[in-house]
Amino acid sequence: MIRLEQVSVSFQAPGGAPVRAVHEVSLEVARGETLCLLGASGCGKTTTLRLVNRLRSPSAGRVLVDGADVAAADPIALRRSMGYVIQAGGLFPHLTVRENVGLLCELEGWDAARTRARVDELLELVSLAPREFAERYPSELSGGQRQRVGVARALALDPPILLLDEPFGALDPITRRELQHEFTQLTRRIEKTILLVSHDLTEAFRLADRVALMDAGQIVQLGTRAELESAPATPYVTRFLEGFVDA
Amino acid sequence: MRSQLALLASVALLCGAARSAAPPMPQDATEGTFVIGSKTFTESRLLGEIVAQLVTARTDLAVEHRSGLGGTLICWEALLAGEIDLYPEYTGTAWAVVLQEPGAVSDPLRAFLRVQSESRRRFDAEWLAPFGFQNSYALALREDHAEALGVATISELARVSADLRAGFSVEYLNREDGWPGLRDAYGLAFTSVRGLEHALAYEALGAGELDVIDAYTTDAKLRRFGLRTLRDDRGFYPPYHAAPVLRGETLRERPELRPLFAELAYAIDEEAMIAMNHAVEVQDRGFEEVAREFLVEAELLSAAEIADAAPTRDARQVDWLRLLGEHLYLTFVAVLLAALIAIPLGVWITRHAAAERLALGLFSAVQTVPSLALLAFLIAVPGLGLSPRSAILALTLYAVLPILRNTFTGLSTVAPEVLDAAKGLGLTERQVLMRIQLPLAARTILAGVRTATVISIGVATLAAFIGAGGLGEPIVTGLYLNDVRLILSGAIPAALLALVADKGLALVERRLTPRGLR
Repeated sequence: MIRLEQVSVSFQAPGGAPVRAVHEVSLEVARGETLCLLGASGCGKTTTLRLVNRLRSPSAGRVLVDGADVAAADPIALRRSMGYVIQAGGLFPHLTVRENVGLLCELEGWDAARTRARVDELLELVSLAPREFAERYPSELSGGQRQRVGVARALALDPPILLLDEPFGALDPITRRELQHEFTQLTRRIEKTILLVSHDLTEAFRLADRVALMDAGQIVQLGTRAELESAPATPYVTRFLEGFVDA
Repeated sequence: MRSQLALLASVALLCGAARSAAPPMPQDATEGTFVIGSKTFTESRLLGEIVAQLVTARTDLAVEHRSGLGGTLICWEALLAGEIDLYPEYTGTAWAVVLQEPGAVSDPLRAFLRVQSESRRRFDAEWLAPFGFQNSYALALREDHAEALGVATISELARVSADLRAGFSVEYLNREDGWPGLRDAYGLAFTSVRGLEHALAYEALGAGELDVIDAYTTDAKLRRFGLRTLRDDRGFYPPYHAAPVLRGETLRERPELRPLFAELAYAIDEEAMIAMNHAVEVQDRGFEEVAREFLVEAELLSAAEIADAAPTRDARQVDWLRLLGEHLYLTFVAVLLAALIAIPLGVWITRHAAAERLALGLFSAVQTVPSLALLAFLIAVPGLGLSPRSAILALTLYAVLPILRNTFTGLSTVAPEVLDAAKGLGLTERQVLMRIQLPLAARTILAGVRTATVISIGVATLAAFIGAGGLGEPIVTGLYLNDVRLILSGAIPAALLALVADKGLALVERRLTPRGLR
């Protein structure tokens, strides 16, 4: 379970004026729930996501995972308890698919056979035949295949939480659609608490149980699709839902 | 002397990559050994050899002759640092280069006494009585031409200069104690004055393309080409008397050396010096043989005493394998050390922006220090001296920058999303470095090592200047002996070595690059 309490992030811009990237954001992602941080670029959604695995630290407020403040946690153990997927996969170009997916297992001291079996299992899970893909390098994969490897890598240690930052943002519409579909199938099977960042309304509603629409570092409205559509909190929500906000 | 700069320029060209050098094996100055230094050119080496044989035969001292030290600064620093006990020097050179005083005293005795007292007072270096000849700048004409014109002095030349064509070495053209000063002092006005490489000037004069050139008074080529040097009747040129310079400490410990060197005082006149230079450069005779012959003829040594003298290695003999081995050793150790310094430093400065500017700036600055100056500085450092250590350290200092720069570039150009993913997945800082950043930067770092290696192979020819060996030895010896075969026997292997190293390391680079990055 992820819980943000009145979290703010501000920093000093090179020019001098303090910038408020995130302002008093509170939210909760229940166990097994998928929540999407939705908004136009620069709204603070990625910064909010990165607070959870301590790639960023809040200037004010608390971030709790399973009731414990992450500020007190060991960042390495914390991050290994959460899968992390970013746009275009962020695969390590000098490692094969097998090495990419199995890296964390190896660092955790798993023996080779166990790592190997786990990688095969994960590749099957993301619909990549191990015999065909395991020994390839990222440069030898299509964009969609890379993204699948990125997801498999994030699942390596079977973490209870997944953080996904625009996971399908760099794909063509057809591949994206396909992966979104597979992803919903997958999440039904693996039962994860998922925090997702997207700028795409369709994607947010398709993948997430609830959506937090953000603007200028604040949450404008948090709720299910039905709640947002039936009772938009502000005119901005209406405009966003109608597609008038250039995401 | 003056030809040092010209020499450096030629060698730099020959070696392609960098600067260069000449002769014999290293090892530290042993306690109790009387070490004689000499510069790279024939005359200095001959004087060193004469002194070496004399001291060997007439004292119980163990003598070592380190010939081919690269120029005045190296010799002088080596003397002050106690790396050598003696070397032959010229008063005019010491005045300009060592004492660094403006102007000059034209009276030879006053000049000598002034240099002597200043060296003693400021550096505890002792000038003993001159050998007896000067090696100065002069103007030279073909003997038959000079005869026809009826000129024996520069004043006489000035009267007919309007009909003559002059060709001077570039340095002489621009030195205040060279052409500009001479022109004003004598009112010379040639039809044309051109700058050209000194070695070529003799040929041009012989071919009748030129009428007047600048020359060194003891140059063997004067005789070879049948030239007449004109008397400097107004005393324009500063005196360039050759004399042995010793460490004051050595003389105090070995007072018996004074009377011995007194026997050498004024023992070599200009004619004798020219004849000896001629014997080596034109007749291809060995340094040792020519020096011994002089000592016997001057009755400084008897045939019996000569028998005791240790044989010296012939400078023309090229022990190719030894030189290659030394060269490889110098280069390998230097590049290895440079990598051991540069790669960790490169990692560190990637995380500290201020240190980055400082380190890159510092090693860029080192790169601009001329090699000879760097060597002169290093041999004065206790513990380094005239050993291969100085050469290796100099090479290392030059090799750091390409590796450092490439390490920094390689690490800082790793894609940010890759680093973000690595960190976000829970790799420790060390794991990010070792598993992600360094492997991704490996190709760039290796390219830096390759550059450093190729540069070092070129610069290592310079090690010969401090007697640290390597393929530079035959190059400089060859330049002074006018022996193209000798020059090429050093330059070609050095060039081939650089090529092989470049290709070989390129191959290693490819092999070490994972398929995913090719």
